[in-house]
Amino acid sequence: MRQRWVSVLICAAVSAAATTACGSGGASQSPDGKTELTIATFNEFGYEDLFKEYEAAHPDVKITQRKTGQGQPHHQNLFTKLGAGSGLADIEAVEEGYLSQVMAKASQFNDLKEIGPQIEDGRWLKWKSDAVTTKDGKLIGYGTDIGPLAMCYRKDLFQQAGLPSDPEGVKTLFATWDSYFAAGDQFVAKVPGVAWFDNAAQVFNAMHNQHQVGYYDRDDKLVVESNPDIKADWDAVTKAVSKGQSARLAAFSNEWNTGFKLGKFATKTCPSWMLGVIESQAGPENKGKWAVADAFPNGGGNWGGSYLSVPKQSKNAKKAAELAAWLTAPEQQIKAFKAKGTFPSQVKALDAPALLEQTNPYFNDVKAGALFATQAKKVTAAQYKGPKDGEIQETVFSPALQSVEQGKNADEAWRTAVQGAEKAAK
Amino acid sequence: MTAVLPQVDRGREQQPRPRPARRYPLSKLDNKVSPYLFVAPFFVLFGAIGLFPLLYTAYVSLFDWEVGADDPAFIGLDNYRTLVEDAQFWQALFNTFSIFVLSSAPQIVVAVLIAALLNENLRARTGWRMGVLLPYVASLVALTIIFGNLFGPQYGLVNTVLSAVGIPPIDWQASTFGSHVAIASMVNWRWTGYNSLIVLAAMQAIPREVHEAALVDGAGPLRRFFSITLPMLKPTLIFVIVTSTIGGLQIFTEPKLYEPSGGSGGGAEHQYQTVVLYLYQTAFQGLDLGYASSIAWVLFLIIIAVAGLNFLITRRAVR
Repeated sequence: MRQRWVSVLICAAVSAAATTACGSGGASQSPDGKTELTIATFNEFGYEDLFKEYEAAHPDVKITQRKTGQGQPHHQNLFTKLGAGSGLADIEAVEEGYLSQVMAKASQFNDLKEIGPQIEDGRWLKWKSDAVTTKDGKLIGYGTDIGPLAMCYRKDLFQQAGLPSDPEGVKTLFATWDSYFAAGDQFVAKVPGVAWFDNAAQVFNAMHNQHQVGYYDRDDKLVVESNPDIKADWDAVTKAVSKGQSARLAAFSNEWNTGFKLGKFATKTCPSWMLGVIESQAGPENKGKWAVADAFPNGGGNWGGSYLSVPKQSKNAKKAAELAAWLTAPEQQIKAFKAKGTFPSQVKALDAPALLEQTNPYFNDVKAGALFATQAKKVTAAQYKGPKDGEIQETVFSPALQSVEQGKNADEAWRTAVQGAEKAAK
Repeated sequence: MTAVLPQVDRGREQQPRPRPARRYPLSKLDNKVSPYLFVAPFFVLFGAIGLFPLLYTAYVSLFDWEVGADDPAFIGLDNYRTLVEDAQFWQALFNTFSIFVLSSAPQIVVAVLIAALLNENLRARTGWRMGVLLPYVASLVALTIIFGNLFGPQYGLVNTVLSAVGIPPIDWQASTFGSHVAIASMVNWRWTGYNSLIVLAAMQAIPREVHEAALVDGAGPLRRFFSITLPMLKPTLIFVIVTSTIGGLQIFTEPKLYEPSGGSGGGAEHQYQTVVLYLYQTAFQGLDLGYASSIAWVLFLIIIAVAGLNFLITRRAVR
């Protein structure tokens, strides 16, 4: 009798402290029968309020978010656990830069056409969904956001060089890569001590991604040497470097940040999210000096953006796919855009008033939303990415271009790059 | 010391040995087994987190094992064969040794000198002694980022100072030697004070009488340093040199964070990619675990060889 009392007392104390259930046996509050869905993201997807909305509409679902600060550790975790065969969330976000590695392991992800709900045709920009469709037609990710490319430039420095500096006037300069580099020659001749672009790799990658065929052909054969486009880009960029057009500042390094602050380069290949980077790095003292034009050499381009995928490890794949489909619908993506500025990849969302009216005060109140929506529609097709595509770009070609900026002979560096690509692809 | 021990042993032998009582077999078992039980936790832990990974790495290195591969192919010693012909590996090995020599050699010399200074009758002695340890307390990552800024090729403070005194700026990222000096300076900054405290402790254990006797014989401070202090520091120096060999050959964080764009290549042309950094790049960017494991094993063997060599040389040299 006495012992019973003690246990009741303890029980009351514990439940008061932790508000946990304390009943005897399976009476009332055993596990509540909800399906728990986990979703792993990085940076800011702007989903927090959407989760609450979804849970309210689906009382049988409980959503847990695993949020990683940066993309790199998130994807490292993704690949490690993919290898381990367990431990992944029901929904895993995948960034465009890592997509080639994920596509190489497509068999470990669910085909969303098969398990997901019916989705209207043409929800996403065609190139966005093409990039995540395997050769045999499986869709392994729903598109979330994108990073359409425009060109950012320093108005004041353009004026100093006697170049046109209004958004309409610069369009002729940014019409093709030839006109871009030609304007660069003109610029560096007039403005000593300031370069035309920040570094060679940033320009080269943008050029490279515009081609139909990149480092691999569709049979996953490495074509670095036989693809004439790659060598042509290489020659154009390294020639510009030899003429002093590059500020030789490695992207995202401290010196690159300093370069923004000191105004050491006049143009920057500019995905939508780069505006925030420029604003924070160039600082308030340079407000109004940077402008962005709805033009990009040779058409359009994309850098960044993500997908939501459902790994085969997931035990609730069907419900996870439902949630992912809902999150990536245009209505929800616009809310995420309002919350965290992630630029939508959905065709309908690109016409939403909230997007079209968005302005950016740092860039002379430009209608940034409408501008990047225009740029997004200029992208024609998704380049096929082979299994080691990301690695070749990051660890082979970018360093090789950097070595040219550090004074290495361009032909030698090209040979190093070709060998490096072959080694990486092996 | 060694002369004293046998005497103690002899003294023990004269005592009658306690005979294990036959009537208590459990207590006999206790005598025999429990010592092993007491030391077991170390060996169990070491086996689980030291020995097992070591052996498993050797096993993995015999496969063409990519992260997430369903069925890795057994390829025998092929990874090691590739490694021998891999120019990037040899370059990484050269970088590692170059950075190791540039850091460990001056570091130990300076550490002994600092220890000698700290051993003098200084005002606020404890303050000075704690002071030399400060760089060791500071976060390695913060330190590396600050040094990376100082050695920035275009806007770094070091180059600004060099230009001010008329020396042409050095590209601390592009030049092989320059980047090694930059990284070695981070290592020196962090470890010199730590090592000098270890040496200082050893110096204070040197009996005063020896110094006093030498003083009476007319030996000056220099003579006493080279003929008494240094030889008596021998065991400590061996310890310091062996540990800094192990640490120096495994250097990773400094070159990793020295790369401005955050990659693992160790410079545009791997100017300062060390072996561990190459291992990391292979395993976690290339996702090639088999090859990375073979790098790990070769590095392991090299470290044992170099540490052994250093041990022998130091034992001979400092007599």
